[in-house]
Amino acid sequence: MDAYVHLLPWIVLIPLAGFLFIGLLGLASESFRAMKNLIGGVATLAVFIPFLIALWLFFLMTGESDAASVSLFTWIEAGDFSTDIGYRLDQLSLLMTLVVTGVGALIHFYAIGYMADDEGFWKFFSFMNLFIFAMLNLVLADNMLLLFLGWEGVGLCSYLLIGFWYADMAKSDAAKKAFMYNRVGDFAFLIAMFMIFQNVGSLRFDDILAGTTAFTTDQVFLIGLLILIGATGKSAQIPLFVWLPDAMAGPTPVSALIHAATMVTSGIYVISRLSPFFMQSPELMLVVAVIGGFTAVIAATIALTKYDIKAVLAYSTVSQLGFMFLALGTGAYVAAMFHVVTHAFFKACLFLGSGSVIHAMHHVEHKLHDENKHVHFDPQDMRFMGGLRRYLPSTYKTFLIATIAIAGIPPLAGFFSKDEILVMTFNAGMGSFGAVYIGLWALALITAFMTAFYMFRLTLGIFHGEFRLPRKFSKAQGSERYLHESPFTMTSVLWVLAGLSIVGGFIGIPNFIVATFTGTADVNLLSNWLDNVTLNADLILSKQVEWLLLFGSVLVALFGVFVAFRLYNNNELEAPDARIAERFGALYQVWSDKYKIDEIYEGLIVRPIVRFSDRVLAVFDMKGIDGFVNFIAAIIRFAGSVIRYFQTGLVQTYAFGIVLGVILIIFMLLFR
Amino acid sequence: MELLLNIVIYLPLFGALLLLFIRRDEWVRWTSLIITTAAFLLSLPLLLQFDISATGSAQFMTVGEPFLGDWDVKYMVGLDGLSMLLFMLTTFMAPIVVLSSWDSITKHVAGFFSMLLILQTGSLGVFAALDLFMFYIFFELTQIPMFFLIGIWGGEDRIYATVKFFIYTLVGWLLMLVALIYVGFAAGNMVNDGVFTTDWMLLTSPEFQLGLVEQTWLFLAFGFAFCIKVPIFPFHSWLPLAHTEAPTAGSVVLAAIALKMGTFAILRYLIPLFPNAAIAFAPMFAVLGVIGIIYGALVAMVQKDVKKLVAYSSISHLGFVVLGMFAFNTTGGQGAIIQMVNHGLSTGALFIIVGMLYERRHSRMIADFGGVAKMMPVLTVMFMIATLASIGLPGLNGFVGEFLILVGSFNSDVLGSYWYAVFAALGVILAAGYMLWMFQRVMFGPITHEENKKLTDINAREIGLLIPIMIFIVWIGVRPTDFTKYSEAQVTWLLEDTQNRAAAIAHNAAGQDLPFWAEKLYDITPQLASEPGLVIEKSEQSENPEQKRK
Repeated sequence: MDAYVHLLPWIVLIPLAGFLFIGLLGLASESFRAMKNLIGGVATLAVFIPFLIALWLFFLMTGESDAASVSLFTWIEAGDFSTDIGYRLDQLSLLMTLVVTGVGALIHFYAIGYMADDEGFWKFFSFMNLFIFAMLNLVLADNMLLLFLGWEGVGLCSYLLIGFWYADMAKSDAAKKAFMYNRVGDFAFLIAMFMIFQNVGSLRFDDILAGTTAFTTDQVFLIGLLILIGATGKSAQIPLFVWLPDAMAGPTPVSALIHAATMVTSGIYVISRLSPFFMQSPELMLVVAVIGGFTAVIAATIALTKYDIKAVLAYSTVSQLGFMFLALGTGAYVAAMFHVVTHAFFKACLFLGSGSVIHAMHHVEHKLHDENKHVHFDPQDMRFMGGLRRYLPSTYKTFLIATIAIAGIPPLAGFFSKDEILVMTFNAGMGSFGAVYIGLWALALITAFMTAFYMFRLTLGIFHGEFRLPRKFSKAQGSERYLHESPFTMTSVLWVLAGLSIVGGFIGIPNFIVATFTGTADVNLLSNWLDNVTLNADLILSKQVEWLLLFGSVLVALFGVFVAFRLYNNNELEAPDARIAERFGALYQVWSDKYKIDEIYEGLIVRPIVRFSDRVLAVFDMKGIDGFVNFIAAIIRFAGSVIRYFQTGLVQTYAFGIVLGVILIIFMLLFR
Repeated sequence: MELLLNIVIYLPLFGALLLLFIRRDEWVRWTSLIITTAAFLLSLPLLLQFDISATGSAQFMTVGEPFLGDWDVKYMVGLDGLSMLLFMLTTFMAPIVVLSSWDSITKHVAGFFSMLLILQTGSLGVFAALDLFMFYIFFELTQIPMFFLIGIWGGEDRIYATVKFFIYTLVGWLLMLVALIYVGFAAGNMVNDGVFTTDWMLLTSPEFQLGLVEQTWLFLAFGFAFCIKVPIFPFHSWLPLAHTEAPTAGSVVLAAIALKMGTFAILRYLIPLFPNAAIAFAPMFAVLGVIGIIYGALVAMVQKDVKKLVAYSSISHLGFVVLGMFAFNTTGGQGAIIQMVNHGLSTGALFIIVGMLYERRHSRMIADFGGVAKMMPVLTVMFMIATLASIGLPGLNGFVGEFLILVGSFNSDVLGSYWYAVFAALGVILAAGYMLWMFQRVMFGPITHEENKKLTDINAREIGLLIPIMIFIVWIGVRPTDFTKYSEAQVTWLLEDTQNRAAAIAHNAAGQDLPFWAEKLYDITPQLASEPGLVIEKSEQSENPEQKRK
């Protein structure tokens, strides 16, 4: 690999160049901003060219196993601390690079159409390129500090893009919230870096992984926990997941790229990168798995209750990320990365599809507006949709494919990756803390059911039945004639992603399926590819058990689809939901209130800190600290005001004083 | 080069005299700009000629004749790793400060700019001085113009603010003057044949060994003065007031240059002069630093006045500097120095930007803004970069300093606990909180005040003066070694040398009779006397001074 590792910096630098080109020219020139095709083209190429380089590297790399690094220059150095701007080429970093640049380029291309009417077009694409730059630093860094640069960099871009329509205070609130929650995670990540540096004397992954024995068990647990907290911030897991649903305030391509396909998977990437480190502590692994399992189920229950189509997808993302963490916690790093890849395909497809729907609904609102029919509705609310499959056929078909994929129905992509996670969780049930893992497996199975259910609820709610908007607003009669499919630049991307959602799973066909017929098999491409870079738990289940589990997960998914069809395939949405609410009572209320986690954080942490600062610290600062300073000054002033009466200017007074003094001295001399 | 250094230092003073003879305001501005730019350009050769591997003695040294009667107090200036970057920061910021006051100062223009120029000579002198007495004189030279800058060109409460600033600082420094004279005599007796001396090289020579009890009192006297100047919590209450009332240029100089005099003095004098006391009190200073970080951030969060918010954020950032210096390792010390530069750049930029908003809107209240981004896109970009630098985003300058300080203090042997770094790192979260909240309320959201719809974006002059700062914010963030290399060797030497001298003094003190509290504080145990390592280090040190002074 050493021969071509020098190509890596180009992968990173080209998006940076795109950002600078678009950003600086856009800032400087009004006329440049109007050249939308140029801007969109440059931005897309700035991601697509790195993809081609990565693809080339992929073919060059087949058959090689050793990682290689290239260092550009020394970044931060002082005393015994030193870190390079260095990039690392290995199977894991390349896999992530392919996903980031591949899906990234598609979404850039899609956004040319989606953002065409936005006056901040140039800004949007410069931020998107900056994001790709930061994300590539994250996945290609050969040390933790550079990874951290990417880590915070993607957080910044996420902030800028969530708050892209900054004039809306709610959107800039969401942006700030995302940044703050990430910062909490970053704080833990920083401390983890300090501890690692203290033990290993370096932040390079090579040194960390070679020096895993330098840590005591407690240190492994503590450092791992801190990294995990960092990962829960970026990858939206308990306890820091609440920012992600709000992050949907950004333009939809942003949700697809940053908040579904790439950035949110960086926590999974980091833990996979450090898999030999994490594998040292079974307790740590258990914590990872529990967090993942519970996030998956909690997010899924919230998704059941939402009407905002992007919110459903957002909670679904949180839930799927929970699956990935569950996989990490069972030592199934390949399965986790597998799900990262397939999820990138189908979730990007779903988000972009929802973008196409929102685009159409917006259009309806505008057209009605032009007719002087002022109907105000939320273009993301599926209660106003329904029957869209007739008007948006491509969007419908691709959305349906992606839904089948995420629901875990064979042979689409999501099935293979999700099944592998379930199998590996069950597998972990045979090891230490077995009972807990079996419990998590059951939880995951329930989540898989709910996933199939709420995803089909979403698809049916948007695309099946009749268009409900006219039913809700009498003014909107006949408004379905304004519904139209998105332009080809957008639907073509949907088709590519839908295609990937179909075939993407074949990179990770479980060996046992083929082995059942041939005796032994080595067909899991992904597992072979990542074999050198991740340390995976051994699969100890027999083929029979694996088949059993496979059928189980298929049945569960099909059952979820079945229930969804039973309830929602009749153009009704709210009535069946009310029935579910009745069935589950207070529980449903908890789900639809999002477990009140926002309110809890706001009420128990944020507001008390602000109030304490405002009413106690700020007051103490003025009255206490500054008051004390003024008090000292006042004493001096008072002393002066007293003493000045002795300075009368009358000779008699002074003479009297002298006499008194003399008498005093004489007395002291006589009687001491 | 020696001559050039003196030219750079005194050119502004000369310029200030020149301004007395210039009648037209426009010419006053241009003269100031030319003088400060020339001083900056002339300081560049110093940077290029600077030997980064040299330790101990300063470079480009000018040593004058004793001028205080029998006392060996000489004019001594030169640059070393501790001062080089701050010296350059001062010459770099000066033209920017002049440009930032171009239109906003209309009253007594010549007076204003001559004050700025005198202030620059004083500041450069403070950083270049190699004699404690000269340092004191130069320091006082900065106080007077600052007093007038706030008092004449400041806001409504300017008189109160400037008097408070002046007297508060003076109280500390007069106490220090007494301690300084004591140090001068003591040093005379020990290392200068009985002649009073304040030569920095002599004060840091191994033979200059103050007793532990003396050190304690002197350290506290010096420390008090520097704590006020930095300012370190809880001696900071003059700062928000001075910052809010000062004109933009005053705030910028105060933040970028003047506050650094305090932190610089800690590194230059407080730590090396009283090595044992510095080590013994390091945890206390680190605690104050950490309190400053968190306290400053929390109080900043609830400010309603943008300028006050930035002022409190300074207290938070300077807490990092203090923590880094008292970590007593190269990583922390280097972090502290680069953090001083970074704070100068990013907080300087923030004050300039707030000034630009104030000139247009005549308000500093956060509530009076909102939605400004729409009206002022270019300013928004600059403001965003400065904000992100201030909250320590990797890739921009602020991160480098904070990270090194945190790593240094996390691994500090002297502090002996990682909790300082852990609590200090909380400042990273809080900084994002108060800065982004402020930024959001000022720049984002809908325009709620009619006045804000008339705001015009910054003009070419304003862009031009911000861009150099932005370049350095990015440059330091991406390639910090281009800057940290200047101080690496000297900081390493200074901190090691200080600890060696402390060990030697402690070794000698082991047999002596000490008051109870001193034994407790310095942890002097009889065993120390028999430790062989310390004796060797001491004898090594005694060979050094001759070599060092050359």
